[in-house]
Amino acid sequence: MKHIRNFCIIAHIDHGKSTLADRLLDFTGTVTERQKQDQLLDSMDLERERGITIKSHAIQMEYVHQGETYVLNLIDTPGHVDFSYEVSRSIAACEGALLVVDAAQSIQAQTISNLYLALENDLQIIPVLNKVDLPSANPEEVTDDIVDLLGCDPEEVIPASAKTGIGIQEILEAIIDRVPAPKGNVDEPLQALIFDSVYNPFRGVETYFRVINGEIKKGQKIKFLATGKTYFADEVGTLKLTQFPKQSIKSGDVGYLITGIKDAREVKVGDTITDAANPTQNMIEGFENVKPMVFAGIYPVDTEDYEELRGAMEKLQLNDASLVFAPESSAALGFGFRCGFLGMLHLEIIQERLEREFDMTVITTVPNVSYQAYTKKNPEEIIVVNNPSDLPDPSKLDRVEEPFIKASIITKADYVGPVMSLCIEKRGVITNQTYLTPERVELHFDMPLAEIVFDFYDRLKTVSKGYASFDYSPVGLRASKLVKVDILINANSVDALSALVHADNAYDIGKKMVEKLRELIPRQQFDIPIQAAIGAKIISRETVKALRKDVTAKCYGGDISRKRKLLEKQKKGKKRMRQVGNVEIPQQAFMAVLKLND
Amino acid sequence: MAGIYIHIPFCKQACSYCDFHFSTSLKKKDTLVDALAKEIKLRKEAFDHTIDTIYFGGGTPSLLPAHQIEFLIHEIYKHYTVTPLPEITLEANPDDLDEQKITSLKSIGINRLSIGIQSFYNQDLKLMNRAHSAEESIHCLEIATKHFKNISIDLIYGVQHMTMDRWRENIQTVLDFNIPHISSYALTIEPKTALASRIRSGQIPNVDDALAASHFEILIEQLTSRGYIHYELSNFGKPGYFSKNNTAYWLGKKYLGIGPSAHSYDGKNRSWNINNNTLYIKSLENDTIPAEVETLTMADRYNEAIMTGLRTMWGVSLTMIENEFTDQYQQYLLTQSKKYIDNGLLTIDLDSKIIKATPKGKFLTDGIASDLFFVD
Repeated sequence: MKHIRNFCIIAHIDHGKSTLADRLLDFTGTVTERQKQDQLLDSMDLERERGITIKSHAIQMEYVHQGETYVLNLIDTPGHVDFSYEVSRSIAACEGALLVVDAAQSIQAQTISNLYLALENDLQIIPVLNKVDLPSANPEEVTDDIVDLLGCDPEEVIPASAKTGIGIQEILEAIIDRVPAPKGNVDEPLQALIFDSVYNPFRGVETYFRVINGEIKKGQKIKFLATGKTYFADEVGTLKLTQFPKQSIKSGDVGYLITGIKDAREVKVGDTITDAANPTQNMIEGFENVKPMVFAGIYPVDTEDYEELRGAMEKLQLNDASLVFAPESSAALGFGFRCGFLGMLHLEIIQERLEREFDMTVITTVPNVSYQAYTKKNPEEIIVVNNPSDLPDPSKLDRVEEPFIKASIITKADYVGPVMSLCIEKRGVITNQTYLTPERVELHFDMPLAEIVFDFYDRLKTVSKGYASFDYSPVGLRASKLVKVDILINANSVDALSALVHADNAYDIGKKMVEKLRELIPRQQFDIPIQAAIGAKIISRETVKALRKDVTAKCYGGDISRKRKLLEKQKKGKKRMRQVGNVEIPQQAFMAVLKLND
Repeated sequence: MAGIYIHIPFCKQACSYCDFHFSTSLKKKDTLVDALAKEIKLRKEAFDHTIDTIYFGGGTPSLLPAHQIEFLIHEIYKHYTVTPLPEITLEANPDDLDEQKITSLKSIGINRLSIGIQSFYNQDLKLMNRAHSAEESIHCLEIATKHFKNISIDLIYGVQHMTMDRWRENIQTVLDFNIPHISSYALTIEPKTALASRIRSGQIPNVDDALAASHFEILIEQLTSRGYIHYELSNFGKPGYFSKNNTAYWLGKKYLGIGPSAHSYDGKNRSWNINNNTLYIKSLENDTIPAEVETLTMADRYNEAIMTGLRTMWGVSLTMIENEFTDQYQQYLLTQSKKYIDNGLLTIDLDSKIIKATPKGKFLTDGIASDLFFVD
C-alpha cells in the first residue's frame, strides 16, 4: 500500500487539465505512441469537442522513483458546476490533488470551490503553475496568488507546461514524495467507495471504486449499501488505457467492477461496496442521492416519434443516472417527457446526445427549477412544482418556496460593479466580498437558482468581458413570489410556453417573450395576436400581421416544377410545425424563450 | 392538342429583376437557331401530338430577324402536324418593333404579339433597366395596333415608389389602346438579380407586399369593369383573346419546350434543357438533346393541378381530381380545403363541384396550395 498514490487534478476549464493528464500518461509510458490521441481521458466525442470532461474516469500509471515502482491512480473529475457532487466523490477517493492554475489567467471560482472540497477531505495539495511557456504568462504574480490562497511556500509551486513537457517529472516526484500513501486495513471487511460508473452496452455498467478497507475479489458476492442490492463481482481489475482484469483489488487501490448491472441507476456515486456475507458496519460518509435541479419538457419534433424518444431516453438513463424523466402531455406539443437535469449544461448535453446518438431532434420547453407550493386549505402539505401546470391556482395558493444557491464569483476588481448589478438584478443578495489579491475579488451571493437558469452565464461573461468565473452550491428553499406567465396565441393559451417566474420579473419576461414570438411565428393569412398573461390579466401584446401577398407572379412551363417543389418543401416544413388553434407555430418558437436576450 | 415553346435566349441588356436564362452576347445567334432547328427535329419521335400553339419566348425573340423566325416555324411545320389556324405568339420589346419589323412578322405567320411594355413611366423603366423608353412604348403600340389585333402587353406593378395614381394611369393607357390581353405581374425580387443586390446594399427599398396587394386590387377592378376576364392570376383577356399557349400550362396539357432552359411535359414526364447556350449548341451538334427528365408521381401531378388550378378562373374540379387521381385525393382535398372555405379564402360550388380562390384568397394562393398539397 505504501507504493500507491491516489490523486486527482483540480483545474478550471481550459487551464490544461486534460493535456497535463495526457503528458503524465506519456511520461510514465502508460500510453504508447500508437494509442496517443489528444485528451485521452475524455472518451465521449462530445466531451472532446466541448473541451470539458463530463464523466470522470480513472487511470493507473506506474512510475519508478529512487529504485522503487509506484502505482499512481489518477482520478479524473468533471469540470462543470452541474456535476459538483460527482467531483466531491472523486475527491473523496484521493489523498492528494494537483491544483493546476493557468499562469496567465490565475485562479478561478470553480478551482477555489473544488480546492476547498479537497482541503475539507484533507487532501495534500500540489500546486502546479501551468502554461509557463506562454508569452502572456505571468508566473510571479500567479505564484503569489497561489501562495496567498494555500498559505504554502513559493518553492512548493511547480512551474510546468503540459504542452511542452516542462515540469512533468517534478510533478510525478512530488506526487510520490508529498501525497501520503493510502491508509486502510486489508483484513477488515470490504469497504469501497463508488466514485463513478460508465455504461458499456455490451458488458453492462462498469463501476469505478476506491477500496478503503479489505479487498474485492473476482467472484465475490458483494452488496451496495445505499441500494441494498447484492451482486457477484464477475470481473474486477485496474484501469490502464484498457481494462486489466485481476483476481482482487486491495485496500488503498482503485479499480473497476463488472457485475452485469444493466441500469445505471443501480450504481449510485458515493455508495459503499461491501462484502455481502461479512458487511462493513460503516457506510462511507457523504453519500447523497443526486437530485435534479432544472426541469424542462422534452418532446419529439414529430409527434409520431414519441415511443422512439422514450426508447432513447431510457437508453440515455442507463448511462446517465442523474437524468430523470416522466411522461407528460401538452395540448400544443402532444406526448413527451418532463425531465430533470443537474443544470443547464446537463440539459444541453442530453439534447445533443439525443441528436447525435439517437438522431432525435427534440423540442425543449422553458426550463424551470423545482418549487414547493402550499395551499391555503392544507398549508403544511408540500406540493412539488416541476412544471408550470403543477402550480395551484393563485386564489388557492398559500405560499411558494424556491431553491436558493450560494454563488461564488471571482472577477477582476474592474468588473465588480457590473457583476454586482447583474447579480442584484437577478435577485441576488451579496453576503461577502473578499479581495484575493488587489486585482482579484471573490464575491458571494445568495441567489435564487431559477435566476441562473435564464441567460445568467452569458450575461456574466459579457459584463465581465470574460473575466469572471462562477460556482454555486444549493442552500435550501426560501419563500418566493412566484407567478405563472401564460402565452396566448390567437387567444389560445399555449401550455408549452407557460413559464414560472418571479412576480417582479413577470412583466419584463412576458414582454420579451411576446416580442420574440412575433419574430418567430411566420405571417399567416390572418392577424395573429400574441399575448402574455398572468391569470386573466394581459400584461403584454404583439401582433403578427396578416400576409398581404403570398403568390408567385409568373407560373408558366418551367416555373411549374420549380414552384411545385418549393411549395412541397413549404408543406413539409409546415408538417413539422405545431398547430395551436388555427395557427402554425414553428418549433424554434418553443425554444425561443431560452434565449430572450439574443 | 399541344403547344410548342421556343426559347430565344438573347437580350440587348439585362433587366434588373430578371432571372430567366439569356445572354447579352449575340455572337452565337445563328448557330443557336440551327441548334433549335435540330432539337425540333430530334424531339418529333417522342412527341406525337397535333400542335395548335407556337410560342416564341425569351429572352427577347424580337431580336431575331424575321427570316430566322420563319425558318423555325417552317421546321415545326415540316416535322409536326399543325392545326389549320394555330396561335403563333412572339414576345417582343418595344425598341425592336418598327413598322417594317411588325409587318414582316405578320407576313411570316405571327398572329399574336406579346409586348414587354412594363410601364409607361421612364422612372420605372430605369429602375427595371429596360432597353426602351416610355415614348418608344407609345409609338410601338400605335403601329402594332394598326397591324395586329391579337396583342398582349406586360405590365409590372408593386414597383418601389409607384403611386396608386401612376398605376391607374398605366392601366388607363392600355385601356385607351384597347389592347385585348394584359399580363400583369407584381415585381418580384429574385435572388441573384441586380435588384436583389441593390436592395441588399440599401440603395433602394424592398418591395412592399401591401402596396402590391393594393395595386392588384386596382388592376382587377379597372380591367374587369371594362370587360376583361381575369382568367389567371396574372392574366386578363377580352373574350376570345386568352393566351391559348399559356392556358395549356395551367390546365396540365402537354407541351414541348425547345431551346436552352426550356421545359417540356408529356403528361407524365417533365424534362428541362440545359440553361447554357454554348453547351446546348455543342450537345445538339452531336445530335443529343441536353435535358434532364423527371417522372411525375401521382402526388406530383395532383399538386400541380392544385397549384395551377387555384390560379385560374376554372379552379380545381373535384370530379377531375377523382377521375384523374383517386377518391382518396378528392377526400383529402375536401378535408384540407375546409378551413379555407370557412375563412373565405376559397369557395366551393356544390353543383359543379369546383373549388376556386375567392377574390380575398387570390393573392394568397401559394400558401393555400401548399397546404392542399399531398406530400409524404
